[in-house]
Amino acid sequence: MSSPVVRVEIPFHLRTLAQVNGELRLDVPPPVTLRRVVDVLEERYPVLRGTIRDHDTQQRRAFLRFFACQEDISHQSPDDPLPDAVAEGREPLLIVGAIAGG
Amino acid sequence: MSKVRVLAGTKKGAFVLTADGKRDQWDVSGPFFAGWEIYHMKGSPVNPDRIYVSQTSGWFGQIIQCSDDGGKTWYAPGGGQQKSPQGWPAGESNRFVYDSAAAPLTTHQWYDGTQHPWEFKRVWHLEPSLTDAETVYAGVEDAAIFRSTDGAHSWQELPGLRGHGTGPAWQPGAGGMCLHTIVLDPKDPNRIYIAVSAAGAFRTDDGGKSWKPINKGLRSPYLPDQDHEVGHCVHHIAMSPRRPGILFMQKHWDVMRSDDAGDSWHEVSGNLPTDFGFAIDVHAHEPETIYVAPIKSDSEHYPLDGQLKVWRSKTGGNEWEALTNGLPQQNCYVNVLRDAMAVDSLDDCGIYFGTTGGQVYVSPDAGDSWQPIVRDLPAVLSVEVQTLP
Repeated sequence: MSSPVVRVEIPFHLRTLAQVNGELRLDVPPPVTLRRVVDVLEERYPVLRGTIRDHDTQQRRAFLRFFACQEDISHQSPDDPLPDAVAEGREPLLIVGAIAGG
Repeated sequence: MSKVRVLAGTKKGAFVLTADGKRDQWDVSGPFFAGWEIYHMKGSPVNPDRIYVSQTSGWFGQIIQCSDDGGKTWYAPGGGQQKSPQGWPAGESNRFVYDSAAAPLTTHQWYDGTQHPWEFKRVWHLEPSLTDAETVYAGVEDAAIFRSTDGAHSWQELPGLRGHGTGPAWQPGAGGMCLHTIVLDPKDPNRIYIAVSAAGAFRTDDGGKSWKPINKGLRSPYLPDQDHEVGHCVHHIAMSPRRPGILFMQKHWDVMRSDDAGDSWHEVSGNLPTDFGFAIDVHAHEPETIYVAPIKSDSEHYPLDGQLKVWRSKTGGNEWEALTNGLPQQNCYVNVLRDAMAVDSLDDCGIYFGTTGGQVYVSPDAGDSWQPIVRDLPAVLSVEVQTLP
């Protein structure tokens, strides 16, 4: 059985850094959690390592937030399952930079 | 005819400015890495087409970029050119991890005097090796020095600096506790000078294994002990490669000189109208000719009387002349940051500096006259120049 395709939107500056356009589509093996999605994202685009979460502590960078199905999931455990709509690719996982400082 | 290539790092991207030896007609390329802060970019003296860039962001952290064709194309080392077996970009370059095994992560003094843990924030300065294009040093915030020997693919701290013992007395300047200056001795590969705001200057004589403070003679009124071994806000150090061991320093206040590789310093501010500033550099061929860009004060970061002046001393300090020809002499309230002045090595030495107002100026005649290369870049954080055959 193939992994579900998870849709991920990353901020403009990370798209330019990873040299990608638009929404990303990632094959994430179940169970689909935030940690697994970012793991796959970093494996596929190693230049993004350290830009979303700390290299070593795995803590989310302070000026980034995660949204799923219009809910802020930034403070949930990264090992919690993401909503089915995200896990099944019907809704994207949004990685959003804080609007601060221009 | 020789050419020059100016590397300008700005608040919102990198720019490459090129001209022939006349330095009067310029091609401007960029912005590269648009929207990111480019703290510093510098080319290898061994392979001038190898350029290292510090690309950073309060949101996304630290990236190192490289070019192997003089700034036409760029890659994050290991992340752009190499491919994994699956065809994906492979590798990473932006990992700076303090070597806590060799030097335990201690604390430094915070603004309020309490102790604060060491935390990596960004790379302020990149200094390519004088002998190997794949070797480059990085000065980082919180203050430490790292080295890469594989073209910025991977980085290792030289922990002897952070761990040498005075760290708990170091404190951040207004810009953070940054290691912003790295000077390599061209005659002695084991000797390196660095400077930290606000800790002071340090030197290694064994290739980075051990370090010692070299701040004797510095006086800082904001310290309870004005002559303390560390705690001085050194803004920049310059050295002529023709005469290693003679150092010039722009301190927070005071322009200083050392004739003994930093073992002692004496003030050479002389007739400068204000000796606060950030940038300082030395003429490429005349080691007693030095340049500073005085700023009014530590709370008014703009030129005195709204007049942008570079000051030149041809006597190694103390006797200074104002250089104004071509620079704005009214209503100018920009700053010249510590890494935003450079010199080329053409026969008629060119002097360059960038401003927080987005101008990059060139003087093709050692400071006698100036012209803007560009007027309207984002705030300029750093300027380096390469002299090319």
